[in-house]
Amino acid sequence: MESHAWIPSLGVSFTLGLDGLSLLFVILTALMGAAAVLASWKSLGRKVALFHAALALVMAGIYGVFLSVDLFLFAFMWELMLIPMYFLVDVWGGPGRHKASVKFFLFSQAGGILMFVAVVALYVLHGRATGVYSFDYRVLLGTAFDPAAGMLLMLGFFAAFAVKLPVFPLHAWLPDTYTEAPIGGSVLLAALLSKTAGYGMIRFLLPLFPDAVRAFAPIAVWLGVAGIVYGGFMAFAQKDLKRLVSYTSVSHLGFVLVGIFTLTAQGLDGAVIQMLSHGLGTGALFVLVGWLEERSGTRDLDRLGGLWSMAPRLGAFGLVLTLGLVGLPGLGNFIGEFLVLSGSFHAYLAATIVAGFGLVVAMVYALRMFQLSFHGSPSGALAVRDLDAPQVLLLGVLVAALVYLGLFPQEVLKLLAALGASLGLTPGVMP
Amino acid sequence: MDFSAIRLELVAALIALGLLVFGLLTPRGKREVIGYIAAAAFLGLLALSFLAPGGGGSFQGGLYLDDPLSLFFKRLFITAAFLVSLMSLRFAKSLEESRSEFFSLLGFSLVGMMMLASANDFVSLYIGLELMSLPLVILTAYDRTSGKSTEAGTKYILLSAISSAVLLFGLSLLFGATGSFSYSDTLKALGSVADDPLVVIGSIMVVAGFAFKISAVPFHMWSPDIYEGAPAPVAAFLAVGSKAAGFAALIRLLLFALPASSGDFPLLILSLSVLSMVVGNLIALPQTNMKRLLAYSSIAHAGYILLGLVAASTAGVAAMLYYLVLYLFANVGIFAALSAFGEAGGSSEISSLKGMWKRSPFMAASLLVCLLSLAGIPPAAGFIGKFYLLAEVARQGKLWLAALALVMSVVSISYYISVIRVIVMEKAEDESRIRVSLANKAILAVSVLVTLGMGVFPAPITEWTRAIAGSIVR
Repeated sequence: MESHAWIPSLGVSFTLGLDGLSLLFVILTALMGAAAVLASWKSLGRKVALFHAALALVMAGIYGVFLSVDLFLFAFMWELMLIPMYFLVDVWGGPGRHKASVKFFLFSQAGGILMFVAVVALYVLHGRATGVYSFDYRVLLGTAFDPAAGMLLMLGFFAAFAVKLPVFPLHAWLPDTYTEAPIGGSVLLAALLSKTAGYGMIRFLLPLFPDAVRAFAPIAVWLGVAGIVYGGFMAFAQKDLKRLVSYTSVSHLGFVLVGIFTLTAQGLDGAVIQMLSHGLGTGALFVLVGWLEERSGTRDLDRLGGLWSMAPRLGAFGLVLTLGLVGLPGLGNFIGEFLVLSGSFHAYLAATIVAGFGLVVAMVYALRMFQLSFHGSPSGALAVRDLDAPQVLLLGVLVAALVYLGLFPQEVLKLLAALGASLGLTPGVMP
Repeated sequence: MDFSAIRLELVAALIALGLLVFGLLTPRGKREVIGYIAAAAFLGLLALSFLAPGGGGSFQGGLYLDDPLSLFFKRLFITAAFLVSLMSLRFAKSLEESRSEFFSLLGFSLVGMMMLASANDFVSLYIGLELMSLPLVILTAYDRTSGKSTEAGTKYILLSAISSAVLLFGLSLLFGATGSFSYSDTLKALGSVADDPLVVIGSIMVVAGFAFKISAVPFHMWSPDIYEGAPAPVAAFLAVGSKAAGFAALIRLLLFALPASSGDFPLLILSLSVLSMVVGNLIALPQTNMKRLLAYSSIAHAGYILLGLVAASTAGVAAMLYYLVLYLFANVGIFAALSAFGEAGGSSEISSLKGMWKRSPFMAASLLVCLLSLAGIPPAAGFIGKFYLLAEVARQGKLWLAALALVMSVVSISYYISVIRVIVMEKAEDESRIRVSLANKAILAVSVLVTLGMGVFPAPITEWTRAIAGSIVR
């Protein structure tokens, strides 16, 4: 815990805190940030210094989000991420980058503003009720609202998180942005930015507005389930490999939302593990797809094919990561999805069954993707170099982390154990 | 008589006069030295305002006040004059004749601004206003080779005269109703006749006169043309100096002379603010000329700053002061870059800024920081400034107003970003490097440092502005 006075007259302090939950995400940020830098090592071509400056700024914002204890600081960091991220997509992205970056910006900014209004309103309400004007999370904790106000504030926060995660109807920016972003940009977006939203829900939404969250939970769970199924079906229909991976993110992040809003300790644990493994797995998958595109010049599944024989190392990583998408036991996603579903089983039986169906869809799209790109034969001439040693090392580290998460989830759960209790969540059924 | 309350104005007037005389004494070929002397003199004046801050007090029995608020504004104006004279060095050098008068006029205008900040009486208020505006008119038309500059000067003097006439008429109505020119007597007298139509119409006219100076909608029509036509340093002085002076006068008028918190006044200020935010930001969107874009953005910023007067509380006024400081440095930085760009042969069209990132990374980066500050994006100071204004308005229960301002500031982000995109991304037709003069480099560096400093360590200036606001708002 590190605290400095920042704007004392308004009760704003520069307070950073690190607990088990933050620690996990800080480690993920460090790992995936390095991966984003390494993955875009050769592919930039222009304005390299500027790219890394923007990337470092986004990283600073992400670290800030994971560490802030002061809500003003949190909102500050949240805004800090946005503009450099916009430029990462807009300057270094693919052919449709302008439209994608504007879409991303508008969605994120709209959500960010609603959250900022909610932060200020929370500050004012708390100040009026107690006379203590402060943005400190620990002070604001336990503020009592009348139900309508609490619900509005909660929705303000939820809007920002729902855009970034994304939650089903607000995901419209995601496929475009993920697809058009440069390798490093999609790694940041998929692996880290979406996690800031999940983290924000666990850290701020649940403890600050327990009553409103409880009332809203069934809706959120169903939104999550809708995301799982919708993302799965959309992924199945894609021809563009990167777009396909983007839609699998919508699907996998739906589990995160379900897990958090089951309001059980299991669901929460599952959501965190799901976020970590999505960060590692999908992050690595975006690296892989980026490299594949560099080598082959295409992401079109119709034109790809037979990569396994041409580039066995690429193929091997592709296989492992695809199995991760499916939720194979031994990889982190399995633990995450299993915990989420077992958390939601009691309270939301129907939702759990539909979400379980989503796993079947995942099997179908993942295998289709693998088959079309790695097996068979390409439609045209396709020559792909295999991965070189540093690239194998990078993907190897990420996959190793994913396997570790799948085999020893207990280590992660131990770090989280204190958290569920402090949020007042009981294992199993909610009262 | 005790002249200590007007010591800074006296020195400033002496500087202005001295520059005139000095200009006559220097041989023709060596007159560019005058610019440096002017800048050094303004810097010395700024130092004086810190070394001898004065103990408060008044001149001529309350005609003129020397209090923390006026001192704050005077420092702001002197800083602006200093930076603008640095920025004008090249411009003045390019002039065929009348180089020394340029800086002298700057000095006289500065004296007028300082008077406005201290005026505690309608007479000194009006004299200050005219002393500020008339030199600005000449400065606007200074570039005789450019038709646009002359046109701008003509427009400015016409509109400025009309606004002065409206202001004077309003003052005479108020005088008719209260029988006094002094702020404190007016306030007392108004207690009994506040609903008198004379007073209502008179006050509205007075506020309108100053709404013109701060270019609040619907009194904003002059600013785009004049910003576009005027030489870049003069436009900068108009944008920061003249606007801050208008706010200095408005703060004192509305808190000490006219019953700001009674009658329809809150509604009047509120509508000025809302209109300025909405109209300024929306019209800025399609602009293709950088100076016009800045003019509309300055209109929008007048709207944000007016939020502090809508709140009319200690925190509200403090937020205004904070915002004016960051607004000054952001604008001076942008205008310095534009002026440096103009010296290198560039135009003020946004499209001509293409490839700036390659042509002068330092200038491009400075522009970026200043634009982000105006857009209100962390870690630049604009984020904190907007937050102060909005938080105070929200604290008083006008959540809708804060939300509107936020939405408008998002609209503003889109046009600032589009400029940044041109600077950073687009390829230039002419890839030659731009040489930025040392003076302009210094201005840019100071602007960036202050902008980032105020964004990351807002506390010192916040405490300062709150102390000032606390000392005057009861």
